[in-house]
Amino acid sequence: MTQPIAKILVAFKSVPDPYEEAAPGGSGSTAKSVINPFDEIAIEEALRIRERGEATEIVGLTIGPATVDEQVRAAMAMGVDRAIRIDDSRALDPYAVARILHAAVQKEAPQVVLMGKQAVDDDSNQAGQMLAGLLGWPQATFVSKVEFLDNGDRARCTRETDAGLEVLEVKLPAIITTDLRLNEPRYVSLPGLMKARKKPIEVLTCEQLGVQVEPLTTTISTARPPKRTAGTRVESVEELVAKLKEEAKVL
Amino acid sequence: MAAQTLILIEHDRRQVKRPSLHAVTAAQQLGGDYAFLLLGKGLEEMAKSLTGHGATAVLVADDAALAEPLADRYATVIANAFQKTGATTLLATSSTFSKDILPRAAALLDAPMLTDVVAIEEKEGALSYQRPVSAGSMLATVQLKGDKRVLTIRAAAFAAPEGNATASRVENLAVDTASLPNGMQFVSREERVSDRPDLTEARVVIGGGRPLKDKETFDRLVGGLADSLGGAIGATRAAVDTGLAPNDCQIGQTGKVIAPELYIALGISGAIQHLAGIKDSRVIVAINKDPDAPIFQMATYGLVGDLHQLVPQLIESIRKG
Repeated sequence: MTQPIAKILVAFKSVPDPYEEAAPGGSGSTAKSVINPFDEIAIEEALRIRERGEATEIVGLTIGPATVDEQVRAAMAMGVDRAIRIDDSRALDPYAVARILHAAVQKEAPQVVLMGKQAVDDDSNQAGQMLAGLLGWPQATFVSKVEFLDNGDRARCTRETDAGLEVLEVKLPAIITTDLRLNEPRYVSLPGLMKARKKPIEVLTCEQLGVQVEPLTTTISTARPPKRTAGTRVESVEELVAKLKEEAKVL
Repeated sequence: MAAQTLILIEHDRRQVKRPSLHAVTAAQQLGGDYAFLLLGKGLEEMAKSLTGHGATAVLVADDAALAEPLADRYATVIANAFQKTGATTLLATSSTFSKDILPRAAALLDAPMLTDVVAIEEKEGALSYQRPVSAGSMLATVQLKGDKRVLTIRAAAFAAPEGNATASRVENLAVDTASLPNGMQFVSREERVSDRPDLTEARVVIGGGRPLKDKETFDRLVGGLADSLGGAIGATRAAVDTGLAPNDCQIGQTGKVIAPELYIALGISGAIQHLAGIKDSRVIVAINKDPDAPIFQMATYGLVGDLHQLVPQLIESIRKG
């Protein structure tokens, strides 16, 4: 490929650390926040594409109040060139997120939008596909490999589906959502963190972007689901088989 | 062709995926009538197989341009069909197929969407929906605004529908191929031949974790036990990441959610992301050498010990009957 992609936009969400257990009755506000792990994979992929000389600029994009700037700095410390935070502290649903991203993508006009296939707090797996629908762009979801073809006119993407791997080609501009096995994100280095402090974060409002959204979904309550209780310890294979036959009647 | 709920049916180009039909039960809970929508190429037999489930119509978009499930085209055809039927709910069973395509259709329809709904209930005069969040560690109750909605449901949470004697009519939908988006192209699909049942449909599933060490051991123990029970194989993320099992075997938050009659976990400690995918299994058996492994907290039967010794014994015992 001779002509690098001018701009890749990476959208990311700040989520409660999934390795700390979520608290009931809230979005896990007691846990510390991190970049959604799937979005971190998207950031890493954008950086690798640029490091291969196939892209010029990597722009980060997120939505949230000033508290998410910590995750914006982390993205910049990984190597994102500049970042935009849409200042909005409401509980947004995926469609509201997609409409805000839509406005920002129209402003930035990237050739590729990379983002995680789902956020691990909400587990919706919708925003990327909705954004693609709003833009009328091709989409490649659940992607585990990306290559650019024809001077960056197309991307060949391997997708992880229920039936196994599938390969698609999409014309650019396109939305690519990332699955777990695309890459292993890098750790943030200290010099990276120092450099990130000097990089600009552009803060925009929905109003400035000319987009008005009201979330259409309302979470009434969250509760812990009923827990399965521990059953019986068995001492041997014979005892196990007997239980499965006589008690559980599954054999 | 009018219906209140339009159910998108998934197939593998040969037959309808059975979990797809569990959406009928969800449609019945929503109330009102429902129609099926089938997209692809060469669908005549599959359409016929859908006429005994009480749908007002089986709508078929059968066209070479729809031979592969490309999200841009499919979402366009689905959104058009939804508008033609005057439906208020677009519904499908959760899978990578529906999760790829329906959010895009929802955006085209300007409708909110909920993924992985596990319960529908009427609360204070309004419908509310339950869905797992944060890897299933929490259950959210959600309400929706507006006059239309898109839902995917977990097959495990809604029973397979009973047959219905009234035969549904098959209606062909005209597809204006010239107006369809054309930015996505199918290249290839990995076709893995397996005699084992589909992971999400199997009565018995054997799952393996990283302690199985190598692919040969995984195939011998997990595969061997699965074959002795006519079951499917599954794996943890760690087992898939280390190459012990193919990607589509992954069970959990980001993989498949299963609810078999019997799940046997071999060398699986029980990360919450994995447990999220197995907790609706009727009987869970855990074999693990660590007596403190979290999986024992939810296993129906737990056996502490070395799976390299225990699993061959178990296979032997099952084979002997």
